[in-house]
Amino acid sequence: MSLSTHVFREMKSVVVRFAGDSGDGMQIVGERFTDTSVTVPNAIATFPDYPSEIRAPVGTIAGVSAFQVHFGSSAVLTPGDEPDALVVMNPAALAVHLYDLVEGGLLIVNTAAFTPENLEMAHYITNPLEDPALLKKYDVIPIDITGLAVQALKDSPLSNREKLRTKNFFALGFTYWVYGRPIEPTIDYINSKWAKKTPEIADANIRVLKAGYFLGETTETTRNRYMVARAEVEPGTYRKISGNEAMALGLIAGAKKAGRPLLFSGYPITPATGVLETLAAYKHFDVKTVQAEDEIAAIGVALGASYAGQIGVTATSGPGMCLKGEFIGLALVTELPLVIVNVQRGGPSTGLPTKTEQSDLLQALYGRHGESPVPIVAANSPSDCFRAAFEAVRIALAYSTPVIVLSDGYLANGSEPWKIPDDASLPDLSVPFADPSQPYVAYARNPETLSRTLAIPGQVGLEHRIGGLEKDSSGCVSYDPENHSEMTRLRAAKVEAVAKTIPPLRITGERCGKLLVIGWGGTHGAITSAVETLRADGYDVSSTNVRYLNPLPPDLGDLLKGFDKVLVPELNSGQLCMILRARYLVDAVSLSKIKGRPFKISEIRARVLQLLND
Amino acid sequence: MATETPTISPTPELTRKDFVTTNDVRWCPGCGDYAILNSLQRTFPELGVPRENFVVVSGIGCSSRFPYYMETYGFHSIHGRAPSVATGIKVANPELSVWIVTGDGDGLSIGGNHMLHLLRRNVNVTVLLFNNRIYGLTKGQYSPTSPVGTRTKTTPTGSIDNPLNPLLFALGAEATFIARTVDNNPKHMVETFKAAHEHQGVSFVEIMQNCVIFNDSAWDPVYGKENRDDQMLFLDAGKPLLFGKNKDRGIRLNGLTPEIVDATTAAPGDILVHQPEQSSPLYSQLLATMGLPEFPTPVGVIRQIQRPTYDALIHTQVQDAKAKRGTGTWQELLHGPSTWTVA
Repeated sequence: MSLSTHVFREMKSVVVRFAGDSGDGMQIVGERFTDTSVTVPNAIATFPDYPSEIRAPVGTIAGVSAFQVHFGSSAVLTPGDEPDALVVMNPAALAVHLYDLVEGGLLIVNTAAFTPENLEMAHYITNPLEDPALLKKYDVIPIDITGLAVQALKDSPLSNREKLRTKNFFALGFTYWVYGRPIEPTIDYINSKWAKKTPEIADANIRVLKAGYFLGETTETTRNRYMVARAEVEPGTYRKISGNEAMALGLIAGAKKAGRPLLFSGYPITPATGVLETLAAYKHFDVKTVQAEDEIAAIGVALGASYAGQIGVTATSGPGMCLKGEFIGLALVTELPLVIVNVQRGGPSTGLPTKTEQSDLLQALYGRHGESPVPIVAANSPSDCFRAAFEAVRIALAYSTPVIVLSDGYLANGSEPWKIPDDASLPDLSVPFADPSQPYVAYARNPETLSRTLAIPGQVGLEHRIGGLEKDSSGCVSYDPENHSEMTRLRAAKVEAVAKTIPPLRITGERCGKLLVIGWGGTHGAITSAVETLRADGYDVSSTNVRYLNPLPPDLGDLLKGFDKVLVPELNSGQLCMILRARYLVDAVSLSKIKGRPFKISEIRARVLQLLND
Repeated sequence: MATETPTISPTPELTRKDFVTTNDVRWCPGCGDYAILNSLQRTFPELGVPRENFVVVSGIGCSSRFPYYMETYGFHSIHGRAPSVATGIKVANPELSVWIVTGDGDGLSIGGNHMLHLLRRNVNVTVLLFNNRIYGLTKGQYSPTSPVGTRTKTTPTGSIDNPLNPLLFALGAEATFIARTVDNNPKHMVETFKAAHEHQGVSFVEIMQNCVIFNDSAWDPVYGKENRDDQMLFLDAGKPLLFGKNKDRGIRLNGLTPEIVDATTAAPGDILVHQPEQSSPLYSQLLATMGLPEFPTPVGVIRQIQRPTYDALIHTQVQDAKAKRGTGTWQELLHGPSTWTVA
């Protein structure tokens, strides 16, 4: 068959989801597809979705791992609602993910895996591929991916087991063909990864990748190919970055701009581990990492480093945050700078370790005993974690306070292109230590920021004691009721003083009107996309994303007053919504989702339309 | 000492008075902590470390008020967690002389996990564990070192859990320096503190300390006037294990079991000679487990071996990374392994 019969259909954006067993290499395939697409360039966003079991029994529902890529010719702010194409490597992956595929969507199936045993493990009584309804509803492309991959390697010295492991590259090659993507970047990747140590594996993967690609070219497997044009991207130098990477880099950048070494201490926990892993490879940036014995020790080590004059940072996820509470209180009362990153996940307790949620906002605000306010900054996209981390370092130093950064599993593991900032554009964050020529008063305050000045061990003549007991301004332990009242007020006023440095809220749409959609953190992409399309359809709706959760932006109250209705979509039971209602006496409406998954644009759109029509 | 060489010597002749704060000391009259405080204030000026390079870190409990009474840098942290704070301080700045003051509850109960990891990592700090076998600050509940049968308000019919032996715990964690001293012997305390300071690596010192209110005279069977000659075995490296007023009794091994012999009649070479540097833990374990009622209680340096310190190794890794890859630049940080440009 000649190539000319394959006509490309132009698409504005496409969502592809790769799904298979957790040993099938779906995350690698998704990453490759992403890396290839960013260089086109396309606008892109990704969402890896993997089970908490490292290797659940092969072929089971529990073992299904997936990776979703959304690429487009204009702005792409989310990994996409429903996939336009679903690549499934076994029946379990089909069982888990088929419900999401758009009607008429492309369904690429590895038929070799549809054996009676695998069907049974996926709880299929009959083979779904023989169901006429399925074939009618979707554009099904059945391919013996396993068989063709092994056949492509018939001359290869690899063992049969090794040959079977290349099948993900066959699926990738074929998908590249469908979307007219180049295969060269993946060949480069394979060579850089395997060519040196195991050239036969590199060779096999490349052969199978090409075999997948050529299958499309030489056979009439599908009539449809799709083209996503180059995106109109702002000129500049870009890299692809995940949320956890961006968080790590933002912390290093903050420390560099503060002129102090970074000491990070963490305890492995999903999905925050990536921050520790990333930083451990940056030792030559004067970064010291300590893998502590537990979550409590991790923050203790970080606080000790802050006390000694360095940038102390720890990162964790929900359950770890519970354990760090007492130390956050100590950091707060000793007024030491400290950054605590919480990469939120589904809770409570162990909950859904690998799934995303935004249910730790109230914990960040109030999850300590005593009157214990801390500034809170929330990242709103994977690359935005850089700015959030940098900002947290700024606030921690300028206000001598612990600062909580809220990220989430969706941001941490998701990735997107990032326009690399010019380091000269990043502000200087340095804050001087106490002057040894002056008498030292531990809790003397900067009149503007209300922060105290640190004297660090090793500074001559500034010896003093700090600790968890309430102190008076001279740093002496005090049980005086008036002093406790005053110090409590000062600590709160200091956090409130951060508001003076918060930039005005960014609005999609107008500053007044019928409906304001207000969100925080990782829902930014879905909310903005929904509101932009609704506005294009002529609806009077605007939106904003609140980066500073404590203190809240000074212009937020006036903004809320300008709208007839306020909708607050959150991946929790309405935590910010409750704060807005209490703080601003506004009749805000919550849109709550607690399924371990991000919002779909359509979910927000539907609720907005409902409210506008009420 | 190599890592604690003073960078500057503003007051070469420090005295005890330089380490006394103006704060009123608030322990109960007669508390063993006073003697320990006094001994540490006498030790610090003799270590050749400038005053500003000391940091005393504590957790919570009676002993943990200690930093407020030492005129240097001090951090009174939270219950059981001083080892983590101290690790952060020492890793951040290995030039500092970091001292952890803790108790049997703070260090071995709520903070047992942190103590374990501080010791096995060999962070170059000194731990002073005040062991009074009782919770004092909360007014007299049994602690993890209280003997079985201890009657307190929470154990009115006697405690039932087997107590922890602090030295054995430290040995189990492979601490590189393990010592014991007593609160009624200032000279021995000062000597032990100095030895602990000089050790390169983690130093664990158990101090048998008297709580005059809730567990008075708990250690009298060991160090009381009438008992101490017979019940304390002072350890001295290279010297035989002798005790008694006239040093006329000694410890020898019968197979793997220690026994007491008459030193005046024992065969030459029969009596064990103290070798704290032995890397095998068997000998250290023998000393750590010796005590009432059968044996005298060893005091002094039980074990001292050499192993690289955690704080030094972290710095070496950072320096090696810089030497190998060059100090990180903005370009490398922000650009990463691969970029693309949109014109």
